[in-house]
Amino acid sequence: MDITTHFPTGKIAHERAMRRKRIGYVWQILFIFATVIAILFLAILLVSIIDSVFGYAVMADTLPVPTLIEGRESLDELTRPELESLLKENLSRGMLRKVTYDKALEDRDGNDLKALVEQYVIQPQVLRTWGLWASLTEQEEIRKFAEEHPGSYIMFRNWMTPSFIIAAQSSNPLIAGIRTAFLGSMWVLLVTFLFSFPFGIGAALYLEEYARKTRLTKIMQLNIFNLSAIPSIIYGLLGLAFFVRVLEPFTSGAVFTAGEAAVANGRTILSGGLTLGLLVLPIIIINTQEAIKAVPDSLRQSSFGLGATKWQTIWHHVLPASIGRILTGAILAMSRALGETAPLVVIGASTFISVDPTGVFSKFTTLPIQIYQWSARPQGAYRNIAAAAIISLLVLLLVVNSSAIIMRDRITKKKRLER
Amino acid sequence: MKSIQTHPFNKKLRIHEAFIEGALFLFALLSIAITVSIVVILLRESLLFFESDEVTISGFLFGTKWQPMIGYFGILPLLNATLMTSLIAMIVALPLGLAVGIYLSEYADEQLKSVVKPVLEVLAGIPSIVYGYFALTFMTPLLRSLFGDDVVQMYNMMSAGIVMGILILPLVATMAEDAIAAVPVELRLASYALGATTLETSIKVVVPAALSGLSATFLLGLSRAIGETMIVALAAGAGPKLTFNFFEGAETITGYIVRISGGDVSYNSVDYTSIFALGLILFLMTFTLNMISREISARYQTEYE
Amino acid sequence: MTDILQKIPEPGDVDQAMTDEKKIISIDDVSIHYGAFKAVQNVSLDIAQNKVTAFIGPSGCGKSTVLRSINRMNDLIPSASITGKIFFDGHDMYESSVDPVLVRREIGMVFQKPNPFPKSIYENIAWGARIHGFRGDMDELVETSLRQAALWDEVKDKLKQSGLSLSGGQQQRLCIARTIAVEPKIILMDEPASALDPIATGRIEELILELKEDYTIIIVTHNMGQASRVSDYTAFFMVDENRSGYLQEFNITEHLFLNPKHRRTEEYISGKFG
Repeated sequence: MDITTHFPTGKIAHERAMRRKRIGYVWQILFIFATVIAILFLAILLVSIIDSVFGYAVMADTLPVPTLIEGRESLDELTRPELESLLKENLSRGMLRKVTYDKALEDRDGNDLKALVEQYVIQPQVLRTWGLWASLTEQEEIRKFAEEHPGSYIMFRNWMTPSFIIAAQSSNPLIAGIRTAFLGSMWVLLVTFLFSFPFGIGAALYLEEYARKTRLTKIMQLNIFNLSAIPSIIYGLLGLAFFVRVLEPFTSGAVFTAGEAAVANGRTILSGGLTLGLLVLPIIIINTQEAIKAVPDSLRQSSFGLGATKWQTIWHHVLPASIGRILTGAILAMSRALGETAPLVVIGASTFISVDPTGVFSKFTTLPIQIYQWSARPQGAYRNIAAAAIISLLVLLLVVNSSAIIMRDRITKKKRLER
Repeated sequence: MKSIQTHPFNKKLRIHEAFIEGALFLFALLSIAITVSIVVILLRESLLFFESDEVTISGFLFGTKWQPMIGYFGILPLLNATLMTSLIAMIVALPLGLAVGIYLSEYADEQLKSVVKPVLEVLAGIPSIVYGYFALTFMTPLLRSLFGDDVVQMYNMMSAGIVMGILILPLVATMAEDAIAAVPVELRLASYALGATTLETSIKVVVPAALSGLSATFLLGLSRAIGETMIVALAAGAGPKLTFNFFEGAETITGYIVRISGGDVSYNSVDYTSIFALGLILFLMTFTLNMISREISARYQTEYE
Repeated sequence: MTDILQKIPEPGDVDQAMTDEKKIISIDDVSIHYGAFKAVQNVSLDIAQNKVTAFIGPSGCGKSTVLRSINRMNDLIPSASITGKIFFDGHDMYESSVDPVLVRREIGMVFQKPNPFPKSIYENIAWGARIHGFRGDMDELVETSLRQAALWDEVKDKLKQSGLSLSGGQQQRLCIARTIAVEPKIILMDEPASALDPIATGRIEELILELKEDYTIIIVTHNMGQASRVSDYTAFFMVDENRSGYLQEFNITEHLFLNPKHRRTEEYISGKFG
């Protein structure tokens, strides 16, 4: 065939092809680059948070040891009688009574007394903190800062200690801990789960097994999709107006404990849990629907073929076949609820509370809200404990998510062995 | 004498079956009840809001000042901040998300996917408050050191917007990948058979074919950005301000709602009703975006059938 | 005529008939593996220029695999590997310096299920030409290609409409037009009419006969009537007990159908197995 062709031939064709290939490589590198950036974001995020958890702090004591007892420089030099007398002299009557009520001074060991003296008498203040990287690279500046503040000393702190985890909320960042918030999160999560799990599965079962293809069903499906995509803060507004305000008699517990209505209002764990329950409900429904859809129809057919009723088929065949995926999805939904902040702030979770929640009618705060409050305060130490709280939250989420995945794997393995 | 013929196949009335079906139906109906409640509550409080003396609808929709103390209830500063931060978020998340989606769908092998996809899942699972902290403690200082302390304020929209982009990146990337992978393989074969390179096939054949799925992705990502609260609450600023300078701080609709409701607000004040009016606007915006996105997705699925 | 199964076609009529023909493709002792599985073994045959060669055989015999190896489409399957040589116009196509992208311009492919791009009819044809650097009047190219594919009259007034709006048979002709537009020398067709109704099939067969004046065509088909109507040469592939495909017999179409050399060929042609 030797008609003249309109296409480049020979060498020009080769060069053209080479150029197209080169352009292809350049774009491929751009695509890889984008993917690398995504991975990098995660790394930077985690590293920067961990960076805030350790570092130098320049601190100053409100009442340094030398001003308290002549000739002594540090806490460790004080004798036991001296510690006890310091406490008795410097604490207010009420404070002393509280401390001795918990445990008498004589019964406390040396370290305990030292901690008390430090907290109530010496009252160290944090002037400024540095992250881990800055602690290594800016040592000159840190030293200079300490020099500018006479009486201050530099200390390397690890903000995430076991005592951090079990201590209660406090306005003093040095002794504040996440126990109050953690317990609040757990209580709210319990209510969320108890509410959303049965309703979610029930609704999904109806939509997948019973509903006919009517207009109503389509609207329900569309509606669930919409609910899963609206901003979480809207659920907060709903919770505020409905659970906190309209249902105040119920959610505050006043109905159940008539007479104690003095401080009762609807901003309780019950309201919080119900609000989050509504938020995760669409997620659970959608996930359960997927799980049920995955059950092969032949299973149902054989059940019906034996003369079983619809509910018998669902209860004995469909649910057991899909329960693994359903549970996994529910747990992942719970992990989403654990991280939610905005709706609970809107319904009025407490801004400051140091009392552990005792039941569903208690006021509460949650771990994410605690993080929010601490992050919002610019004073040095709050940033650090916020970072420590974030690590705690991430670890908690990791545990929850991993258990979901492990459970899913265990159940699918068990099923495979049953075949 | 029996007047009704009986045979072994008589239909029995199984009460508990009917009961169960009814109960499950009610459970499903709950979802509709939720939406109805949301709409009713938002409308009711918004009505109260607009009925109060200081507020007019035109003042609300077109006013450029939001200062309740002195009676200004113009939504534009809050709306502007919302849109500006969302815009930055989309500029960050869309190109990156699309690139990652193309790479995962057209180029990456199984090994690479098994690394990247879990990373995206982890990123997606991190609560937004953590991103907010990151914006405040890392991104803002970074921007300030890059552009100068005097250019970038302590609270600014750019920092919040960028981090918001990182927040929605996993969502965009996974949805984009799904949309692209859904394009039938025959189209790729036809393109390769004509002598096209992988790049030409991806960008000139596959991505255009996935356009409706990608549009849905875009709209859903935008909806998510508009509704995001904690990042902007921590990092974007705590005062309504109408400005087009990204490096300045300005409060968004969501940031305002969370600030006001977190404080002491009495139920009968105009402050209380104002957050519901703002919530209504927020709901309408995201609802519209969600519905259009869903409509586009549904339509493109039938095209290939 | 022997009854013993032989795996390699014997020299004989074929070489005689083909000495006058230019052999544009030479497949030389080619075996193709998918991972560890030997899909096709030791195939050797020549394709004559400007003639239609048909690959027939039961399903799983590797005829599509061999077809795809000619335009290096098997490269897209990660586990596929090939030994032996395939020569196109005297050039070894699997030599390391050969660019598959350029190969596929010279050797085009039409698939079983019509797969036009979701673009306009005009764009479907113009796109391939454009990426290969076409210089010239695009409108003219589109018209010529559509005429050659016997589709021009039906679509000339709706070039801007989507390619997907056409009927199945029209879509397939559009795919043929799209392939022709980049001026290939060879057109590979993988069961091009099996997804079409009988009338559309007939039109495709007519088209093939017209096209062979300008192009060399290799067609895989499971329809023996089609093979006998349309092709000049036929290669019959079989599958052995390990599910590995091989070339059983290759001859001028008339000879293969009227005078098959091997028992298996005869059995397949008379419909004794699928």
